[in-house]
Amino acid sequence: MGIISRGFGGRRRESSPDLPPGQYLTHDFPVLSAGPTPRIPLDRWQFSIITETGEKHTWNWDEFTALPADEFTVDIHCVTKWSKLGTTWKGVSLDTLMADVESAADYAMAHSFGGYTTNVPVEDLLDGKAWVAYEFDGEPLHPEHGGPARLLIPHLYFWKSAKWVNGLRMMPEDEPGFWEAAGYHMYGDPWSEQRYHGD
Amino acid sequence: MVDTRWETKTARTLVLDVPEWPGHLPGQHVDIRLTAEDGYSAQRSYSIASAWPSDGGGTVELTVQRLEDGEVSPYLTDVVEKGDQLELRGPVGGWFVWREKQPAPVLLVAGGSGVVPLMAMIRARGLARGRQPFRLIYSVRTPEDACYADELRRRVRDDPGLDVHFVYTRKAPDGWPAPPKRIDVAVLNTHGWPPDFQPDCFVCGPTSFVETAADILVALGHDAKKIRTERFGGA
Repeated sequence: MGIISRGFGGRRRESSPDLPPGQYLTHDFPVLSAGPTPRIPLDRWQFSIITETGEKHTWNWDEFTALPADEFTVDIHCVTKWSKLGTTWKGVSLDTLMADVESAADYAMAHSFGGYTTNVPVEDLLDGKAWVAYEFDGEPLHPEHGGPARLLIPHLYFWKSAKWVNGLRMMPEDEPGFWEAAGYHMYGDPWSEQRYHGD
Repeated sequence: MVDTRWETKTARTLVLDVPEWPGHLPGQHVDIRLTAEDGYSAQRSYSIASAWPSDGGGTVELTVQRLEDGEVSPYLTDVVEKGDQLELRGPVGGWFVWREKQPAPVLLVAGGSGVVPLMAMIRARGLARGRQPFRLIYSVRTPEDACYADELRRRVRDDPGLDVHFVYTRKAPDGWPAPPKRIDVAVLNTHGWPPDFQPDCFVCGPTSFVETAADILVALGHDAKKIRTERFGGA
């Protein structure tokens, strides 16, 4: 299916088996955000996990950066079609942050400074699949890219990796976050091309 | 594609007759997928330039800026012809949109081809005879790089609720009162709305432009929640 575009295909971009369908490779690092970039002073930064019973676990910047951190290299895939392969980050695994959190919830809503939200199944946050990252390429994460710290869930489209993240709220039922309420997919698997509602 | 026209030397408007188009809000975009004969395909997003329903009936217009190292845009600007078919998906996006029932004044800030979705808002306001006052601040390299220049001039002449201010970054027209410069605090303060008016602000363009303009609006006292941005990233 699909319409053949006469004469198209002469200037192809490099391809890679690591590229999900419909994506193209980029070597720079585009920025996508819905509003102005917030600047969050580290002494006002905190990250909280609130369970479905209202129990709250909070870390300030010093407590958070004292946690054991991973350095890891992953591919990232933006729903606007670019992918960037082999990006290197440092951050705290959600397994570490969730270790003492008692919750039976299947979903979480990530919240950010500035009001952004995005929903994620809890099983996509655990078992080494997600981090709260605070360094990119060996440098503190720049505010444009979500610093001081952003969620990083590389196996889902990048809008799930909430910039300027400041907490998770555990939810028994799935609810749409910011882009999900604006027509984007509730889950967002790039390998199944789950870009928009109905994909 | 039923019609086409050049807006500048490098930006071309494609007029599309889309079967079963459900209509769209100004600011939304479409995804275009091109497929080669061997099955290779590439897709990109393009902002819709027209309001719905369009003046001439049920068409949808995109304005595509040719990126010299691009893969899809040069095909759309230089190869596709009237009568060709395109595979299109949309409309997409429910955030960077203007709705005619929003009563606030509107500030549109465009960098280069970022004007496209903002033009759709100006056209939608015209179509709805909206009474919300609109201001557009439009940054271009040179006068020749301005899209929709004649239409904007005509709309400003006929519509006291619309103001357009150009910022020229490389070359200003003869007799222009200021030397070429980038968008700055003075421009946004003078030609935007005071923050007390609580305008809805839409900023669209390349990342560095959007970062600069949005930061200035926040510094001038605009509520960050009233500033919606769309960044043209990547290639």
